[in-house]
Amino acid sequence: MSSTSSPATTASPSPSAAAPPADAAPGAPRLRTRRRQHSPGRPRRSVLLTVLTGLVLVYTLVPLVWLLISATKTQQGLADSSGLWFADEFALWDNISQTFTYNDGIFTRWLLNTLLYVVLGAGGATFLAILGGYALAKFDFPGKRGVFAVVIGAVAVPGTALAVPTFLMFSKMGLTDTPWAVIIPSLVSPFGLYLMWVFATEAIPTELLEAARIDGAGEVRTFFQVALPLLAPGIVTVLLFTTVATWNNYFLPLIMLKDPDWYPLTLGLSAWNSQAETIGGDVIFNLVITGSLLTIVPLIVAFLLLQKYWQSGLAAGSVKE
Amino acid sequence: MTTLQQPATAERRPARPPGRGNRRSWTGWGFIGPFVAVFALVFLAPIVYSIYLSLFRDQLIGGNTFVGADNYTQALQDEQFWASLGRVSLFLAVQVPIMLGIALLIALALDSGRLYGRDFFRIAIFLPYAVPAVVATLMWGFMYGTRFGLVGDINEAFGVTLPDPLSTDLVLASIGNIVTWEFVGYNMLIFYAALRVIPHSLYEAAEIDGAGQIRVITAIKLPAIRGALVIATIFSIIGSFQLFNEPSILRPLARNAITTDYTPNFYTYSLSFNGQQHNYSAAVAIIMGLITMVIAYVVQLRGMRKGA
Repeated sequence: MSSTSSPATTASPSPSAAAPPADAAPGAPRLRTRRRQHSPGRPRRSVLLTVLTGLVLVYTLVPLVWLLISATKTQQGLADSSGLWFADEFALWDNISQTFTYNDGIFTRWLLNTLLYVVLGAGGATFLAILGGYALAKFDFPGKRGVFAVVIGAVAVPGTALAVPTFLMFSKMGLTDTPWAVIIPSLVSPFGLYLMWVFATEAIPTELLEAARIDGAGEVRTFFQVALPLLAPGIVTVLLFTTVATWNNYFLPLIMLKDPDWYPLTLGLSAWNSQAETIGGDVIFNLVITGSLLTIVPLIVAFLLLQKYWQSGLAAGSVKE
Repeated sequence: MTTLQQPATAERRPARPPGRGNRRSWTGWGFIGPFVAVFALVFLAPIVYSIYLSLFRDQLIGGNTFVGADNYTQALQDEQFWASLGRVSLFLAVQVPIMLGIALLIALALDSGRLYGRDFFRIAIFLPYAVPAVVATLMWGFMYGTRFGLVGDINEAFGVTLPDPLSTDLVLASIGNIVTWEFVGYNMLIFYAALRVIPHSLYEAAEIDGAGQIRVITAIKLPAIRGALVIATIFSIIGSFQLFNEPSILRPLARNAITTDYTPNFYTYSLSFNGQQHNYSAAVAIIMGLITMVIAYVVQLRGMRKGA
């Protein structure tokens, strides 16, 4: 029942989204720069508004600053010193090396697991989204509207509601407690498909595809040599967002994995944290904190370095919404 | 199935440049096929399977038997389920408006061009989105703590005793704060991106008419980004009803305040993995899914109708 009602839920934005974009959207990225160049009455900067926005900035940054400072403290220093200033002893390097060596270097194993899930899961999800988005944007095929409605509708299905049946199915197939149990569900990104559809619609001129076909290129070659290069900014966006989803995934590995050797970083950190509770458990909050810092640094760096791509990607996506 | 969809597809055709590139053929399936196959395996099959599960009951005596809608009637009378639903509804009613309100104000501030250092604000406020829910919850959980948390520091520095954020009364608000922190920047970016593509001619017209800033916001900007507002609201509703990560990770720090049936999702998880009640858990999950979709649908209808 939920499978039939879900398309209905969100099917309606799709026609309204599908109708105007073809001609409305291509101007979008250009509009941004044009507007900045000759905006007539350029508004005055406001100190008051900047300060008010600054309050929200403080709110977002304080926890990150706290994490950074706390990662420099020993277990003892955490208890003794104020949260927003350094302790006497600067133990960051020591904490990092302990994080990597604790329990025979299990953290390194978790990091490698996470990388495996990201490369295969997020990489695969992006690839499937590119192929599917290209098909939706540039081909007319039987059942196309049905596919579109079902996939967009699926976004509204509470993902975690599927977790239990997925677990039971996978357990019958013997996939639980293996990396596949985490990778296979990560391969589907309805949001990625949607973004790629938007991108392919505006970035690939149909005439170009026809020209390639007239020149005798097959569909596969046309896709790889003509379409794929034009999709590059969209691909970066989708890859970044699927990477975040996979890297940060907690619920799926939590139900699928029992063996700590297959844990991703998120699950491992959570296990370290609850270790303090068990009787006789080693209290290692300093390592939980340092491990947390090490877990978020790669993603933050990726977002900062690639901002040009994903911001324009989101902008293109929001036009359709 | 295909005959039904044919007219609809044909309708869309004129909107595109006519050409042989769009001819109707099965070629497109070669590209979308892999996505659809995996999608069927991880989305459609579990939905069907969970409906099947919800109609059975596994008993010590008699084994797996068909019980029809019994699991559903049981769930509808289940006080634990309703209590958890009430909790996430309260969460939804308070946290979502606050989060989206802040996100919208920041987006409008960024878009107004009146900020110093706009690009820095935009990226810095967005950053928490890149932080996993696990890390966000651990961080805030530590800071909430009275041992080496900020709350403890404040108590010490000012000689006051702040209420414990992890107590039964406050823990829902504390979870709301974590979720707000995680997603305020993401929503801000969605709104900002929508604001950036409003045609500038509209502002020029408003200027000629002598409209002030507030009038420009209410008459031009908000209506123009209505779609983005509706989408963000729907995603936030879905997110609230699915709440699981934050309470489950915070639980070790607040055992008494956060029970294993704290949210509907936590409840289905506990039923399945601690209680082995897979069938009943499936029924609860389906009811929750239906409620989510109905509410999302209503919001979408209302949101799209307003002034449309």
